[in-house]
Amino acid sequence: MAKDEIQRTYRLIGTRPDRPDGLDKVTGRARYGADVSAPGMLHGAVLRSPHAHARILRIDASKALALPGVKAVVTRADFPTGLTGEDWNLQENTIAGEVALYDGHAVAAVAATSRLIAQDALRLIAVDYEILPHVTDVDAAMRPDAPAIRPGAADHSVPEGLHPNVVKYIDFGHGDLEAGFAAADLVREQSYTTEATHQGYIEPHACLGQLGADGKGEMWVCTQGHWYIRRMAAAVLGIEAAQLRVTPSEIGGGFGGKTTIFIEPLALALSRKAGGRPVKMVMSRAEVFRATGPTASAAMKVRIGMKKDGTLTAGQAEFRMQGGAFPGAPVSSALYCAFASYAIPAVAHVGYDVLTNRPKCAAYRAPGSPMAAFAVESLIDEMCRELGLDPLEVRLKNAVREGTKSSYGPTYGPIGLVQSLQAAQAHPNLSVPLGPNQGRGVAAGFWFNHGGETSVSLAIGEDGTVTVSVGTPDIGGSRASIALMTAETLGIAYENVRVNVVETGALGVNEPTHGSRATFASGKAAVIAARHAIAEMCRRAAAAWGIDPEAVDWQDGAAVPAGPNAGKFPPMPIAEIAARMGSTGGPISGHHEVTAGGVGASFGVHVVDVEVDPETGRTTVLRYLVVQDAGRAIHPAYVEGQYQGGAAQGIGWALNEEYIHDAEGRLLNPVFLDYRVPVASDLPMIDTVIVEVPNPGHPYGVRGVGETGITPPLPALANAIAAATGARLRSLPMSPPKVLAAIRAQRGG
Amino acid sequence: MWSGLRRVTDGQTVVSVQAETLQQMLEALVAAHPGLAPYIRAGVSVSVNGVIVTDLLSPVDPGDEIYLMQYLKGG
Repeated sequence: MAKDEIQRTYRLIGTRPDRPDGLDKVTGRARYGADVSAPGMLHGAVLRSPHAHARILRIDASKALALPGVKAVVTRADFPTGLTGEDWNLQENTIAGEVALYDGHAVAAVAATSRLIAQDALRLIAVDYEILPHVTDVDAAMRPDAPAIRPGAADHSVPEGLHPNVVKYIDFGHGDLEAGFAAADLVREQSYTTEATHQGYIEPHACLGQLGADGKGEMWVCTQGHWYIRRMAAAVLGIEAAQLRVTPSEIGGGFGGKTTIFIEPLALALSRKAGGRPVKMVMSRAEVFRATGPTASAAMKVRIGMKKDGTLTAGQAEFRMQGGAFPGAPVSSALYCAFASYAIPAVAHVGYDVLTNRPKCAAYRAPGSPMAAFAVESLIDEMCRELGLDPLEVRLKNAVREGTKSSYGPTYGPIGLVQSLQAAQAHPNLSVPLGPNQGRGVAAGFWFNHGGETSVSLAIGEDGTVTVSVGTPDIGGSRASIALMTAETLGIAYENVRVNVVETGALGVNEPTHGSRATFASGKAAVIAARHAIAEMCRRAAAAWGIDPEAVDWQDGAAVPAGPNAGKFPPMPIAEIAARMGSTGGPISGHHEVTAGGVGASFGVHVVDVEVDPETGRTTVLRYLVVQDAGRAIHPAYVEGQYQGGAAQGIGWALNEEYIHDAEGRLLNPVFLDYRVPVASDLPMIDTVIVEVPNPGHPYGVRGVGETGITPPLPALANAIAAATGARLRSLPMSPPKVLAAIRAQRGG
Repeated sequence: MWSGLRRVTDGQTVVSVQAETLQQMLEALVAAHPGLAPYIRAGVSVSVNGVIVTDLLSPVDPGDEIYLMQYLKGG
C-alpha cells in the first residue's frame, strides 16, 4: 500500500470511545478462568516437587485414592510415551517423568469432589525421591563441575566441547570488527546480569477441562491463545486436536506467560480418568511463581567502540541465558535486538541457551530485548558520560532510519526511532531542573512485532449491525481497536460493531495474542473481511438497481452509484441491504485467513527522573516519559495504556523484582508480599507521546505496540541512578541494598 | 554464513543457489548443504527487502535482499 493512502485523517480511527468490555469488567460481570463451572464438576490439585532436582523412585497414591471424595489420581504413567522435541518438553513440564527438574515441578494430580478434599489427598500421596545435585545460576551451570541436567538435550547448533547444559548456540554479525574497534577513540567492555522475573499477571492460571473415553473433550481456559492450548494439550495427551474444543475466558493479564500449557492437560487427564466428569483447576499464586514460566535470567558481556563525537564504530555482545530445565531462553531474540537501534559498521553476537533447575521459561513481553537493552544502553550511557556527550544526541547521531542495514541483517523500511528521539528531546520533562540526589536517565528500545496465523470472520446482522469473530484474546483493548477499524472501513458507527473472541471450532487456526499482533493481524484481517462484505453488498445493490456491480461504490455505510453514468439511485444503506439479504441471496459475511505479513517494527525512547535516598538506597521515580512509534494509534487510550504498562513492568524489573533461591534451589519468594512488583503508590503518572510513522504493511498503518515499552526502562533506570549517585549498577534488580552498597563503594567505603 | 553455520557449509562464507521462490531457495540450500536442514526445520523467519514474508511460495528476484532469522514470535 502506498504511504499516501494511509496518511490521512479518519472518521473513527484515532478516537477514544469506551471499551466494549468495560462495563462487564468494572461491575464484576466479566467471566475469568476461575469463574467457569459445570454440573458434576470435580476440583483438581497438583502435588509438586519440593526439590530442585530429584529422581522419582516411587509414587504411592493408594491412600489418596482411598480418601472419600477422591475420584482420580494421575501421574506421568497416565500420559502417552514416545513424544519428541518440543512436544516432549511440554509433556515433561506438565508432569515429571523419571526426574523432578525444579522446585514446583508437578509430580501427580488429584481430582476430588471439593478443592479441600483434593488438597488433603495430595498429602496422602507418598513420593520417594533421590535428591540430585542442582544448579540455578546460568554461569554456574556452564562450569565443568556443574551437574548435567539433561544430557543429550543440546541441539545441532552447539559446538563440541561445551557443557551438556548448553543446549543452543548462536553467532552472527557483519562488518570488520577489528577495524571497527581500531577506528574508535574509546572502547569499553562491561558485564551485566539480570534476574528472572515473572510476568506477574493478576489472574492466576485457571481452567475447566472435560475429556471422555472417546477422546472428545472441551476446555474453558484463561489463555492468550486457545489454538495453542488445543494443539499442545492434544499432543501431550495423545488425542486429536479437532476433538478438543477450547473456549477462552476473559483474561486478567498474560504478557506472554499464557501462550503455553501448564495445568490444562492435567485437568483433561484427570477428567478422562474420572469417567469424563469436568475438572476445574485454579493455581495459587505460589504455584504460579514456582511452576509457570518466568522470563530468563541473563549474564551478558558487551564491548562497544565510540569516536569522540559519539559515532559508534563497533559492537560485540556475548549473552548467556538460562530458561529453566528446558531449551527456550530467548537468547536469539535478545541478540537480534542488542544493537538494533543503531547503525554500526561492525557487530558480532554470540549466545548460549543454558539449562538450570528452574521452571521452564515462557515468553515475556519482547522476550530477551529488555536484557539486551540493559547491557547495551547502559554501556552507551556510560561512554557518553566519559566523553562528556549528550546521551540523546549520541542516540540520534547513530539512530537507524529507513534504509539503514540493521544489526541483525535486513534493511529497515519506514521506522520511527529518529522521530521518537526528537519528540523526547522536545518534551517538557527534559527541561525540569533536577535537585540533589536526583538524576535523569534515557534509553532506547526495540521490538520486531509479529504477524502470525490469523483467521477472522465478519457477519452482517439483519439490522445492519456487524459481528466480528476473532481468535485473539483481548489483553489490551484489541476488541475496541478492531471494532474501530471495522466500523471505519464499513462507514458505520463504532457502537454498531461487536467483536467476539470465539472458540476453536468457530474459525481457522489463530496464533495467540503474542508478538504485539492482535490489533495488527486480526485488525488487518477484519478490514479485509469487511471489504469482502462491502463487495457483496455492492453486488446486491447493483442487482436491485439493474446495473453492473463495478458501477457501485461504498460510501458512508451505503452503496451508491459510482458516478453519473452509473445511473441515478439514492444511497442504499447497510441496514436496507441487510434487511433484504434473506431474499437477495442469503446471509452476507466476509472472511480472511492469512499468515499476516507486513509487520512493522516499533522503537521507543524513555526518559526517567529519579531521586535516590543516600541513606537507604531507595530509588523514587519522580517522573517518567515514554515516547514510542505506534504506526497509527487506532485507539490512543489503549496505546498509551500499553506504553504505561510496559514502563511499569520494566520499572519493577529494574528496581525490585527477582527470583530468590535458597541453597537447596527452592524458591523463597513465591508470593507478591516477597516478590515486589510496583504498586500504584510506587509510580508517578507515566507521561506518553505517541509517534506515528505509518506501517505500509497495514491498511491503517498499525504497528504492534505492546512489547517495546518494557525494553528501555531497565537501562533508563540504571542510567538515572548513575546520574543521581555516580554509582553504576550493572546487576538487576537495583534494590535498595544493592544501590546503597554501590553508593558506599563509590565513596570508597 | 556466519562462523557457526560455516561448520555445516564446508567452511564457505557465501553459498550460491538457484531458485524461483523462497521455498525453492530453502530446499536448494538444504540440497547443497544438508547440515543446514535442522536449522531451517527448526523454523526461520524470512526477511525479503526488510519485510518478513510469510508466503514461502513468493517469487525471488535476483536483486532481493534476503535474510534468514530464527523464527520470532513474542510475548
